[in-house]
Amino acid sequence: MADIMASNLIRQTFRTDKLPHIWCQGCGHGVLMRAAAQAILNVGFDPDKVCIVSGIGCSSRAPGYMNYNTLHTTHGRAIAFATGVKLAKPELHVIVMTGDGDAAAIGGNHFIHAARRNIGITTIVFNNSIYGMTGGQYSPTTPMYDTATTAPYGNIEQTFDLCKLADASGASYVARTTAYHVPQAIKIFEKALLNKGFSVVDAISGCPTYYGRKNKKGNAVQMMKWMKDNSIDFKTAEKMTADEIKDKIITGEYKNAPAPEYCEIYQKEVIDKVLKGDAI
Amino acid sequence: MRLLMGNEACVEGAIAAGMRFFAGYPITPSTEVAEWAALRLPEVGGKFIQMEDEIAGMAATIGGAIAGKKAMTATSGPGFSLKVENIGYAAMAEIPCVIINVMRSGPSTGLPTSPSQGDVMQARWGSHGDYPAIALAPSSVSEAYYVTIKAFNYAEKYRTPVIVLMDEIIGHLREGIELPEKLDMEIIDRKRPTCAPEDFKAYKVPEGEIVPPMPGFGEGYRYHITGLIHDETGFPTNSMEAAGKLCSHLMSKVEDNVKDLIEFELIDVTDCDVLVLTYGGTARTVSATKKLAEAAGIKMGIFRLITVWPFPEDELREIVAKHNIKHVLVAELNHGQIVREVDRALKGAAGVHHIGKINGDILYPKEVLQKLQEVKANG
Repeated sequence: MADIMASNLIRQTFRTDKLPHIWCQGCGHGVLMRAAAQAILNVGFDPDKVCIVSGIGCSSRAPGYMNYNTLHTTHGRAIAFATGVKLAKPELHVIVMTGDGDAAAIGGNHFIHAARRNIGITTIVFNNSIYGMTGGQYSPTTPMYDTATTAPYGNIEQTFDLCKLADASGASYVARTTAYHVPQAIKIFEKALLNKGFSVVDAISGCPTYYGRKNKKGNAVQMMKWMKDNSIDFKTAEKMTADEIKDKIITGEYKNAPAPEYCEIYQKEVIDKVLKGDAI
Repeated sequence: MRLLMGNEACVEGAIAAGMRFFAGYPITPSTEVAEWAALRLPEVGGKFIQMEDEIAGMAATIGGAIAGKKAMTATSGPGFSLKVENIGYAAMAEIPCVIINVMRSGPSTGLPTSPSQGDVMQARWGSHGDYPAIALAPSSVSEAYYVTIKAFNYAEKYRTPVIVLMDEIIGHLREGIELPEKLDMEIIDRKRPTCAPEDFKAYKVPEGEIVPPMPGFGEGYRYHITGLIHDETGFPTNSMEAAGKLCSHLMSKVEDNVKDLIEFELIDVTDCDVLVLTYGGTARTVSATKKLAEAAGIKMGIFRLITVWPFPEDELREIVAKHNIKHVLVAELNHGQIVREVDRALKGAAGVHHIGKINGDILYPKEVLQKLQEVKANG
């Protein structure tokens, strides 16, 4: 059934026998996964050379549906596994699909250090501001004073701005998009994939089942509408006061600053020099 | 002839075995393994990376192996504790890799520069769930070299993580070692699939094989790897039948091949009064005790484990029965770990005794002798 209904994109990039996916109705993850697949197709990567790595959580089930070399690892460690894959075989296009808990809480250390190395990995954070798989606990990107099952009286922790974190850590391409802005998401994913170093896309997703319900943000459609109505681009945000941008999603390209990629430096500055006998 | 420490020798062994990827994190007393790998790997076109933490060191090692390389990491107790989740992942996903654990005195941060053999049970049971363990313990610098080659052979043949349980004694010991120009030893490489990619089932064990063939990512076989229960296609399933089949396969590939994995050294076991079972650095104390024991009129035999896991229970039982051995003394630098295996294996067939130490010091021959005398006097 899935195969009959599948579009050309689905047929080319997905394991149609693994569909439908496990995500709840109205979850933004399917939209983001499809946009990522479209971007991979658009940039023309050889599918045999594409490797998608994930950790644990709702987002991390994405690679299983996608027809590439796919690696579903342990909680928080996707980027660390991906670092091994990339350094061992730099010709692979390595993509990490992760969530806000996976990337920014348990895997935060790997996130900042992979960015610092500027290793050639594209990290897409399916950021739905909640731990969905375990049933709605607060994450490092849950807005302050929102509620979650582990913050029944409101979340009193500050949130991570993943774009600022990635930038400060050394990532060479950083952007934000949402599950509503599909054409923009595809464009941004393409640019992230084509950047040679470490790319981060903070991809805002909606979780109507837990985050939306707990915070009375409405159903799936209303959450999509919320993304539509509250998103502004970085240029517009620059001209606004802190108070004005407080509840906004700031989307678009945050940083595009190509820099030497880790595996290339290792080859050139370490292996080649040692083999030529002119290492320091 | 070269003068190397155990930590360096195991890197040389690994490179001889074909290791071309190392990801690790500095920790005493294993740091020289990482340092030597950083120095040597680029010379053979290999890659070294110092990761941000111990967990990442294990994860990247598995990633390197998935990309098709023979991969290794090294650590010591506190780091080993952090690595065990991903060691379980490698066992579940059947990813060949080697972990050098240079044991130091614990628990916790313990005595970082002092020896211990306190991680033996952790090497067996460290990660959650039922999975097989292979662990080897060298007793000299040259043995560190050869045991590491074997560790890679076992990892590749059985598609499982293999642990080299060194201790600080051997890790930091410097000895002369003859590095062979041509290795007189078989080097085993994982089998690659020969079928067409569309016919490839990533976790289907072919008829007559122990494990499925394993392509590296990027070799044209697009497949899925997960730590979830999976069927022979590699994709997750909740089927109890598939779960039972997979978990039994993980155990049986090691349990059915213990004869291939087990290695030990026997010295003077015939007519011995006491058989001393030992391994790793402590075996050197035991061998130095032998002369003292003879002078004291005690016939001492030695059963030196090289393979610690799987434990050679049948072999030990047979030797004890065959030579009518009355007492087995286990000498190990801990509060009593392998002694439990010995007790379990012998089921009362001989008296089982233990000498250990948990203050960071080594065992001394005179202490082992004193224990031998006690055992003999009471037996």
